[in-house]
Amino acid sequence: MQWQVGSGLSIGAILFTVIVVAAMLIWVERRLLGLWQERLGPNRVGPLGLLQVVADMIKIFTKEDWVPPFADRFSFLLAPPIIMIVVLMSFAVIPFAPGVGVIDSDIGVLFVLAMASLGAYSVMLGGLSSNNKYALLGSLRAAAQMVSYEVFMGISLLGVVALAGSFNLREIVMAQSELWYIVPQFLGFIIFMIAGVAESHRLPFDIPEAEQEIVAGYHTEYSGMKFGMFFVGEYLGVLLVSSLIVVLFFGGWLGPAFLPPIVWFALKTSFFVGFFILLRAAIPRPRYDQLMRYGWIFLLPLSLLNLLLTGAVILWKQGGGL
Amino acid sequence: MLRTIKDSLISQFATLWKVFMHAFDRTDTVEYPDVQPPMFSRWRGRIILSRDPDGEERCVACNLCAVACPVDCISLQKTEDEEGRWYPEYFRINFSRCIMCGFCEEACPTHAIQLTPDFEMAEYVRQDMVWEKEDLLISGTGKYHDYNFYRIAGKKIGGKDKGEARHEAPPVDVRSLLP
Repeated sequence: MQWQVGSGLSIGAILFTVIVVAAMLIWVERRLLGLWQERLGPNRVGPLGLLQVVADMIKIFTKEDWVPPFADRFSFLLAPPIIMIVVLMSFAVIPFAPGVGVIDSDIGVLFVLAMASLGAYSVMLGGLSSNNKYALLGSLRAAAQMVSYEVFMGISLLGVVALAGSFNLREIVMAQSELWYIVPQFLGFIIFMIAGVAESHRLPFDIPEAEQEIVAGYHTEYSGMKFGMFFVGEYLGVLLVSSLIVVLFFGGWLGPAFLPPIVWFALKTSFFVGFFILLRAAIPRPRYDQLMRYGWIFLLPLSLLNLLLTGAVILWKQGGGL
Repeated sequence: MLRTIKDSLISQFATLWKVFMHAFDRTDTVEYPDVQPPMFSRWRGRIILSRDPDGEERCVACNLCAVACPVDCISLQKTEDEEGRWYPEYFRINFSRCIMCGFCEEACPTHAIQLTPDFEMAEYVRQDMVWEKEDLLISGTGKYHDYNFYRIAGKKIGGKDKGEARHEAPPVDVRSLLP
C-alpha cells in the first residue's frame, strides 16, 4: 500500500492519529497548565503520567450513562456525537503531507467553515434539550457567540483564498512555497486565531461553558461517555484549528528538507496547540456581550479592511493599472 | 480608540509572556507520599499522652481536657492507685471528631496531653478512629522533658509526704506558733 490521498491506509492512519492525539491533549494540557502555574500536573499513572488518559477513559466508560428524565431524549442523545462527527469530518480536507489526506477537495475552506457552523448545533441542542437553567444559559451564550465569530472567521480567510486563488487547502499550501501567508496576511492570521479560539470554545472564549459562572454550561447534565464526547470534541477542535492555522498561514508541511514533511506539520501544529493552552493559562474570560461587541464593531470591519487591502494589492500586482 | 487598542494589545502580550516565563520557575508542589513535607514542631496533629521522666503516666484524670474540648471527643474515667496517685482508668479520643484545636493541650495542668506533628491518621474502618489509652500513651516525655507533676505539686502520695515536693516549704505547724 502506498501513501495516497484517500487510500485506506491514509484514512485509517489519520483517524487513529487524530483521535489518539486529541485524547493525549488532555494530559498535555494538564501538564502544561501545571508547568505555568508552578505545579506538576498528573504524573502518577505511567511514565510522566502519560497513562492518565487511559485512567480517565476507564473512568468515563464505567460511569453511569444517565439521561435526565426531564430532558428531551432524542436531541439529548443526538448532541454529543454531532461535535465529534463534525470535527472529524473537517479533518477530511486537511492536507497533512503530500499524499496524506482523506480527500483532495476543491472546496476545502468552505467545507471546514460549514462544518464549524454545524458544530454549533451540538452545543445548542445539548444545552436546550437538557432542560436545565445552566445548560440553557450555556446554549444561549453559545448562540450569541456563534453569531459574533462565524462572520469574521469566514471573511478573515478570504484574504488567503484570494492570494492562493483556490479554495483547495492542498493548493493553498503549495502556493506558500515562496512565502508563508503569515507575512502578507498577518491581520488575517490574528483575526482567524481569535475566531478559532471562539470556535473551539476554549478559554478566553469558553463562554458557553464558563465553569466559574454556570457550572459546566451546555454539558451540565451530561455524564459518562456522552460527556466524554463533548470533552474529546473540544480537544479535537483545538487540534483542528491549530492545523488549519498551520495550513493556511504557516505553509502546512513545507519546511527545510532535513525533516520529513509530516514532521514539519506536526511540529508547527503542536506549537499552536501549546499556544492555545498558554492562552488558557493567561487570559481571563470576557462577558459574552463584550465578545459580541468586540466581534461586530472591531474585528468584522478589520477583516473587511484586510480583504479590501489584499484585493487591492493583488490587482495592483497584476498590473491592471488604476 | 487607537490608544485603547494599543494598550490592551500590549497588556495581553505582557500577560502571555509573564505566564510563559513561569515555565522556568521552580514548582511549589511537594510530592507528598514520596517526599515528606517539612513539618513544624508546634504543628497540631495527632494527640498523644506523655509520661513523666520516671516513666509514669502524667495524666491525673482531672477531666479538664474533656471539658475544654469543643467537640467532646475526649472521654476518660478517673481512678486511684494504692499510693494515692490519680490516673485514668480509660482514656479515649475519638479522632473522627477531633478538630486538632489544641485546647486540651492548653487546658492540661500536667503537660500530659500533647499534640504532635503527625497527621497521617487515615483508617478504613471508622471504629479504628477511636484511640484507647494504650494507643495514645508514648514512652517519652513529649515536649517537656523535666516536668514531673507529683514532684512539684503538694499532693501527698506514697513515698512523698506533705512539704517534700520541690521548692515546697514544710507545712506550717500551727501549734508551734503559740507564744
